[in-house]
Amino acid sequence: MSESDGSFPRAPESRAVSRKRTRLSLVWLIPIVAAAAGAWVAVARVLSEGPEITIVFQSAEGLETGKTKIEYNGVEVGLVTGIRLSDDHKSVITTARMGPKTESFLVENTRFWVVRPRISGATVSGLGTLVSGAYIGMEIGDSKKSRRRFDALEVPPVVTGDEPGRFFVLKTGDLGSLDNGTPIYFRRMKVGEVASYELEGDGQAFRVKAFVYAPYDQYVSPDTRFWHASGVDVSLSASGLSVQTQSLVSILIGGIAFATPASDPVLPAAEENTLFTLFEDRAAAFHPAARDPQTYLVVFDQPVRGLEPGAPVEFRGIPIGEVVDVIGKLDTVTFDFAVQVTLRLDAQRFGIQAQGSDPGFDLVAARRKLLDTLVSRGVRAQLRTGNLLSGALYVAFDFFPDAGPATVDWSQKPVQLPTTPGQLQALEASAARIVRNLDRTLASARGTLDSATTLIEPNSVLSQQLNSTLQEVSGAARAVRLFADYLERHPEALIRGKSGEAK
Amino acid sequence: MSAAAVTAMQHGLHSCEDCGLLSRPGSGEQEGRCPRCAAHLEFRKPASLQRTWAFLIAAAVCYVPANVLPVMETTSAQGSESDTILQGVVLLWSPTGWPLSLIVLFASIMIPSAKILTLAYLLITVRRGSIQNNAQRGRLYRTVELIGRWSMVDVFVDAFTVALVQLQPLMSVAPGPGLFFFAAVVVLTMLAVESFDPRLIWDPSSAQEALHV
Repeated sequence: MSESDGSFPRAPESRAVSRKRTRLSLVWLIPIVAAAAGAWVAVARVLSEGPEITIVFQSAEGLETGKTKIEYNGVEVGLVTGIRLSDDHKSVITTARMGPKTESFLVENTRFWVVRPRISGATVSGLGTLVSGAYIGMEIGDSKKSRRRFDALEVPPVVTGDEPGRFFVLKTGDLGSLDNGTPIYFRRMKVGEVASYELEGDGQAFRVKAFVYAPYDQYVSPDTRFWHASGVDVSLSASGLSVQTQSLVSILIGGIAFATPASDPVLPAAEENTLFTLFEDRAAAFHPAARDPQTYLVVFDQPVRGLEPGAPVEFRGIPIGEVVDVIGKLDTVTFDFAVQVTLRLDAQRFGIQAQGSDPGFDLVAARRKLLDTLVSRGVRAQLRTGNLLSGALYVAFDFFPDAGPATVDWSQKPVQLPTTPGQLQALEASAARIVRNLDRTLASARGTLDSATTLIEPNSVLSQQLNSTLQEVSGAARAVRLFADYLERHPEALIRGKSGEAK
Repeated sequence: MSAAAVTAMQHGLHSCEDCGLLSRPGSGEQEGRCPRCAAHLEFRKPASLQRTWAFLIAAAVCYVPANVLPVMETTSAQGSESDTILQGVVLLWSPTGWPLSLIVLFASIMIPSAKILTLAYLLITVRRGSIQNNAQRGRLYRTVELIGRWSMVDVFVDAFTVALVQLQPLMSVAPGPGLFFFAAVVVLTMLAVESFDPRLIWDPSSAQEALHV
């Protein structure tokens, strides 16, 4: 406590503590650590970023910048970073930042699509996107060629490329209730689904792309029949009522079934993308296939109500084809009205083998000879009622030995076959005849009745005469009764005469 | 400037920061303990400028990732989402929520940056021995010291949200990497303020006056 320091004489002396001190403070470690951490985060960021890609969509519905993810099998592999319209405003160009190590995904045939909630048939997909919003799904291609710009699919693929199985193409005029994901059944087991469908260029038919999973694809042979298995197929036949259905699901949502005719030889499995016809129902599918259909024309001069395209054509009860078209035709010269019916017949069913083993076999000539012979023996086309309730008609070919002479008109195109009036037509004619006779009979009966009426009228001569006759008859009867009474009382009068006279 | 003509240091005395007792250093020693309350005694905070610089640079370095990286990762049924502080400000900005948005903007973005800039200004002027605006600089320092802790609000809000919003299958919130950097910024700037010795502001002027006297 030195007093020499004038200003603060009573300031106490502090207690000394010896302490070491370094020149450069350790505190400098802190900014170094901070910088290192920052740098590490930055490097990690850069490393975690993959390539940027461009996907072109038709619509960006449900997509959001910075939110919509690109997912592969449920794993997030990228994020949408930008959405803008194309220069022509027709499509949406989306840029996306892919995750690290995704370069190998981005190849030529990699496909992208937007996953939205979809309800198609029995399959409900993308339900999660109801709350989470849409995301972009992808399928990684197997190409080696790298690519950064993609055109998105409009519809998510039902089957992704890595699924084992095979595609087949089904051709059908009517899509029915088919949709993407519609199940395909084999022996009522689901073995595939419809992958996609498109209208053919001419708008006449659909091409349905069907995917059959392995190992069931081996059961599809070139002769396999596919048919619409939607709904319930009720058929009434001579053997009774039969109801054909596929599974309950397919009744509700439709489906496709396939089977191979048991009689067919075992064929190798069909190639991928083989074209099949999709039949209306099982019966149609198992109709012997028309392998050599020919078009013919028959002309009827009778009403054809009940004859519709698709009506069967039978030869002695065997189906040999179907009606293709029914048109009325007026002859402008004679004003005869006739109905032209176009038929498609399979001559094979007549017994001509299309695939003749003999190379010199002339199919056309054979067919011509056959038809000529048949017609000369009395084969004619005739309209018959197939169903009495609905009045549906069909065209029947049969032998009519009594028919007048006719020939096949080979000059026409299509070839015209002779016809004979239908059974119903003949029946109608005779019925009319009967009705006419009946009319005449009735008329004469009425005449008879009329004259009878004239005879028995109250003022007629006949009735007056009848009256007086009857009165006389009753007078006579009375006299007879008196006589009988008298005889009863005086039986002796028969011998002695009247007693009164005797008195 | 008028009053503080003479500092304790110029008289070889140091004041106790805890109890305010003026004392003389022990024999030959520069520093020691307060004879009354046994607190550490120093003429000035040791290596004040150096330490403040270090903390300040660290804070500035952390400030960048704090704002660039997401502070909160929300995983809900709608997918996961991560937001940075600025995105949060934008998100909160609405006709009704703009005050909250402004609070976040001030507390989380402007105050930390203002603190860093202010401290840097103070450090530079002290290093250059400036004698101007001493009172203002002192006020600046006190303000920085006062408001610094409020930046921690953001961290707390985040921590609360993370702790409370744990509806596991439906929604969960996790702190993002930016939050740690942000907390580091706040802590580092507070440390920087703490290690800065405001008495250094007046040292040049009193030294000058001592020369002139």
